Order: sequence, then C-alpha cells, then structure tokens
Amino acid sequence: MSGAPQGPRPRPWNNPRIRAVLIQGAVLATVLGVAAFLIHNTLHNLEQRGIASGFGFLSSEAGFGIIQTLVSYDESSSYGRAFLVGLLNTLLVSGLGIVLASLLGLLIGIGRLSRNWLVARLAGAYVEVFRNIPLLLQLFFWYFAVLRALPPPRQSLTLGQVVFLNIRGLYLPRPVPQPGFGWVLVAAGVALVGAVLLCHWARRRQRRVGRLVVGLVAGLPLATGLLTGLPLSWEYARLQGFNFSGGLVLIPELIALVLALSIYTAAFIAEIVRAGIESVSRGQTEAAYALGLSPGQTLRLVVIPQAMRLMVPPLTNQYLNLTKNSSLAPAIAYPDLVSVFAGTVLNQTGQAIEVIGITMAVYLCISLAIALLMGWYSRRTTLAER
Amino acid sequence: MIPLSRLVLGIFTAAMLGAVAQAGPTLDAVKQRDYVRCGVNAGLPGFSSPDDKGAWTGIDVDVCRAVATAVLGSASKVRFTPLTAKERFTALQSGEIDLLSRNTTWTLSRDAALGVHFTGVTYYDGQGFLVNKRLGVHSAKELDGASVCVQAGTTSELNLADYFRANGMRYSPVVYEKAEQNAAAYDAGRCDVLTSDQSQLYALRIKLKHPEQHEVLPEVISKEPLGPLVRQDDNEWFNVVKWSLFAMVDAEDLGLSSGNVDEARAKSKSPAVRRFLGLEGDKGRDLKLDDAWAYRIVKQVGNYGEVFDRNLGGHSPLKIARGLNALWSAGGLQYAPPIR
Repeated sequence: MSGAPQGPRPRPWNNPRIRAVLIQGAVLATVLGVAAFLIHNTLHNLEQRGIASGFGFLSSEAGFGIIQTLVSYDESSSYGRAFLVGLLNTLLVSGLGIVLASLLGLLIGIGRLSRNWLVARLAGAYVEVFRNIPLLLQLFFWYFAVLRALPPPRQSLTLGQVVFLNIRGLYLPRPVPQPGFGWVLVAAGVALVGAVLLCHWARRRQRRVGRLVVGLVAGLPLATGLLTGLPLSWEYARLQGFNFSGGLVLIPELIALVLALSIYTAAFIAEIVRAGIESVSRGQTEAAYALGLSPGQTLRLVVIPQAMRLMVPPLTNQYLNLTKNSSLAPAIAYPDLVSVFAGTVLNQTGQAIEVIGITMAVYLCISLAIALLMGWYSRRTTLAER
Repeated sequence: MIPLSRLVLGIFTAAMLGAVAQAGPTLDAVKQRDYVRCGVNAGLPGFSSPDDKGAWTGIDVDVCRAVATAVLGSASKVRFTPLTAKERFTALQSGEIDLLSRNTTWTLSRDAALGVHFTGVTYYDGQGFLVNKRLGVHSAKELDGASVCVQAGTTSELNLADYFRANGMRYSPVVYEKAEQNAAAYDAGRCDVLTSDQSQLYALRIKLKHPEQHEVLPEVISKEPLGPLVRQDDNEWFNVVKWSLFAMVDAEDLGLSSGNVDEARAKSKSPAVRRFLGLEGDKGRDLKLDDAWAYRIVKQVGNYGEVFDRNLGGHSPLKIARGLNALWSAGGLQYAPPIR
C-alpha cells in the first residue's frame, strides 16, 4: 500500500479513458446502425418493386455493337465482355493522355523559364488559356469545331495515299505479322533482356555502354527480320463503299478526347514542372556551369533529377484527374467505361445499382493503382541523406 | 443472411430509395400535390417538345395531360421532366416521376426486370433507316460497311446489331446520348445512316439542313410498340394511367370528340356513351376518381384521333399517316377494352 492520500475514486463516466471509449463506441454503433438500416431498406424496396438485382446479368448476351474494341468483341459477346471493352478503352485514353500531357507539360514548363522572351511568353499564354477554360468546353471545341470540319471520306486529306484523314477518323497502315514474325519478337525480347543486364553490369563498372545498348536493341531484331525475309507487311486503308476499310483507324472521338485531356492537363503539369525547377537552388546551376556543363546538360543532369522528387506528388494528382476526367467521354460518343457500361449496359439491363457500383469501384481501383505506382517511384527517387 | 454483393449494393442506393419507401400510394400523393410529375422526351417533335411559347406539346405529352385531367380535373396540372433515354428508367424507379411517357418500347425484359408496368400502346412504331439520297442506296440491305448513328440505351441499338448480324453485314455504331446529337452528327457526315423508330426519323428529318435530300428507307426492321409506364408496386395508379389512355381510344371508337362531347352529354341515349360520360353505371368509383373523369379527358385533351392528328398527322408538320395506329375498325391496331 502506498502512503499517498487518496481522494474519492472518480466515477467511471468522469474517467477520460472510459469516456473516450464510450463515445467512440456510440459513434461507431450509430454509423453501423444507419448503414444497416439503409442497406436493409434498399434491398427491401428493390424486392418489393420487382427490380432485378444481382450480378447474373454480366454473363448474358449484350446484343449491341461497339465502335472501338481492343479485344475481340461482337454482338453475341456478354455484358461482362462489353465491360472489359469499355474498361480497356478508358485505360487506352488515359494512358495516351498521361504520356502526351507529361511530354507537353515538360516542354511548356521548361519553356516558361526560358530566357527567350517569346518562348517564355508563349508558354505562359498557353498555361493561362488552357488552364482556365473548362475541360468539357475544350472537348466540345476539339470534337465539334475542329474534327467535325474535316471532309467526308471521298474527299479525304491524304499523305501519299497511305495516311488518310476525314470526318470518320485518321486511317493509318496496319502492320500485319507474317509467318516468321515470332522470331523477330523473340530476338527483340532477347535484346531487351541483354540490354538490361548490360546496363546493370555497366553501372557497377562505371562504364558507358549507351551506343552498345542502342545497337543491341535495334540491331538484333532488325537482323533477325532481314534473315527471315522481312516477315511484316502493311495493310493500307482503302475506300470501299461508303467508308475506308482495312488499316488502323483512330476514331475522331478518341483523337478529340486525347487532345482535350492532354492539352488541358499539360497546362497544370507545366506549372508543376516550373515550380519543381525553380525549387532547385540557383547555386546548383551555377556550380554545374562552373564545372563546364552546357545549359542543356545542366538541366538534364543536375536540375531535373532533383526537381523530379518534388514534382512527383502533384503529378500523381494530375494523372488521377486526367483518368477521372476521361469519363467525360460519353459527351462525344467515345465508347469508354462510362459510355458503354454505365450507359448502354445500365439501360439495357436496368440494374443501375450494380452497374454504377462496379463503375465506381473500377475508377477507385485505377486511381489507387496510379497512386501506388507513383508512390513507389517517389520513394525510389527520395534523396538518400547520408 | 444477406450475401456480401447485395450488401455492397445496398449501400450505394440506400440514399436514393430511402426517402421514397415511406411515400404512400401514388394516386393519393398526386392528389395531395395537385400536379402529376411526368417524364418526357427533351425534344422530339410530335411526341414531346416545347413549342415557341414554351408549352409542351406532343402525343406523349397529351397522355400526361389526360392523366392529369382525369385525376385533378385540369390538363395543365402536369410538371414535365425532360429525360434522356439513359435516364428514364432510373427516374421512374426512384420515384422522381409518377409516370414515364417518353416514346418507350414495350419489351419483355423491360416489363419483367425493371420493376415497371407498361400501361398500353400510344403509338405502334418500327425501326427504320434515314440516308442521304446522294448515297444512292435504296434498301437497307445495301448498307454493308456503313457508319450508323444510334442513340445510347435504346432498343434501336439492339435491333441495329441484330439486323446487321442477321444479314451478314458489318457496321460501325456511333452512339450519342441525345437524339439531337445523333441528327447533328448525321448531318455533319460523321455517319452514313441515322437509325431510330421511323416516326422519330421523320421528326428529326425536319431539323436537318436540307430535309429534302434525305429519305427513309423502306425496310422496317423491328416492332416498336411505344407506351407510357408506371412503377409496378402501385396497381391503383397503374389502373388510372391505363384507363386514361383507353378512354382516349374508346372516345374515338364511340365517336366522341372535344367538339361534340358536350352535346352528347346532354342528348345521347346510347348506354355505352352514357356510361363513358359517367351518367350511368359504375362511373369512376373503382378507379377512385369522380364520375366525369373520362368526359374531362375528351373535353380538354381530345380523343385519340384528335391527339394523333394534332401532333403527328395531317394537322402537324410531320404528316404521318395513321397506318397501324388507325382504329381497329378502320384496319389499324388501336383497340381499347370497353368502359363498363
């Protein structure tokens, strides 16, 4: 027993720890209770109104066509397959948009810091104009004002009768692998693996092997191709009936969406790039000049690698935005996930809850995947303090 | 035990349906509110579109007005909610509107899986193709390889796929959400063909830059019975909407029109007419309406023939022939059960 004087024991509800547990428990119970009530109520209502529910519809026949499919799909495919087609179309447009927006944003961002007055002003104007016009309007501009003005198929703009551009899209020659093309792919694979190993080895020995790597990656498949007699032919688009057939077609909806998304997002990325570069202290640049590096080398070898660390988190935001913004696609009839799945499939099956639920979950997963990837890159490039 | 998948689903819609669950039967709610909430097409001449004064007109609109007249006594007690094809069923299911009268095709899957009841057929339609005459196409069978503009979430999208598949032809679908977008894309040359219900094609053709350069091909590739629909959890309201529509057809059958209905009410000796006008028989009791409900529909909205003529037929810019939509006694399909 301790000899210290003891006051009256505090009552349990005056004990802060017990009180905290009680309050948190009450809040949790309320949240769970409300959720349970809402779920029960919804299920009850769905059943009472005879609205079909469940995910069985995913395996029934879709019965409608889709203009752009990256995997084989026809009218007899299932709703599940239509979902996959929509998802891949979303990923395609997001992927293209992210690459283009990054390149364009990098150029404009560097341009804004240029000592050339005209370049800096033009880059500044680009940022201010495209950042401040709503994306949907830009999308309409590219689709309805620019691409709608293209000529009909019979009066297509053409580049040497190989590439055609008209209101129905951009038609390119499509590579068609011939027998023996597999060997070229094998050679390319071997060359890539070899290049990676070579680089690894070179980094350990501090050797420069740039030319060798380029030679390996380009040369080996090319040599194999020549040996097997160029097993790749091109299929050209030809005007047949109303439309061009054959070849590789980029539909105007895709072009407009990629243009709008990348031009809009590039304005934000440019600002991120500028901020990143400006955050690298001036002394670094001066030191690089003092060592005799050219301005280009300084930017490439000293400034950008350091700026990159600061740029990655806000860049992640922009990539996420771009991906989510791609859901504006239905406004211009691009067959993305929202248009195909949350549009047509929802309407044909009437199962709004399931379809919207799946669609939301998919966007969530895509966004989290991008965030994870960028987080991993960010950790890899963190400054190692010694 | 509730399966996890349904549990997850529940969370998403809980908020959407939560409030409606407590609402009473639709008829009482409508009477209390003193207007009918009706979902219509945002702009389809002849079916539902706002006129130059901003008033809604069209055959689908008149169905809404007939219901309002029967229940509330005035054709003007309607609030219209313009909906796209994609939005329409969710709006009805969630209780945002009391009835959907929006050129909607009656199909098995919609009737059975959406929790809705179709109340009848306002217009017997069929899907067709609109092409530019300069293409030199005279039959839908010559459309192999064409780009086709079609509206998202419609039966047209499915019929189109069926037709091309059945005939071994290829096509690229260009799918817009709104009928006007489709027409504009077709007009700009984004697609060779515009497909939809034939009545819609005639209506959309008026809006093109050069309507005379375009023709509707002769093939009709589907059956499209268009009609109003209600939620299936309220049979009382289902009956009211169903019989409001029947009353318009019966009125034409009985020779009653907005012009002669007052005279008939004063003088007619025919038991069928007197029952229709609420002068004898069961009247409106079992529908929970007053006796003069059918009289008011004819007086304020008109019989089916008048409504057709005013919106789609000879007295409209569309000039569509009655065809399948003539009365059964005139060789058409419009036939309503008797009011007795």
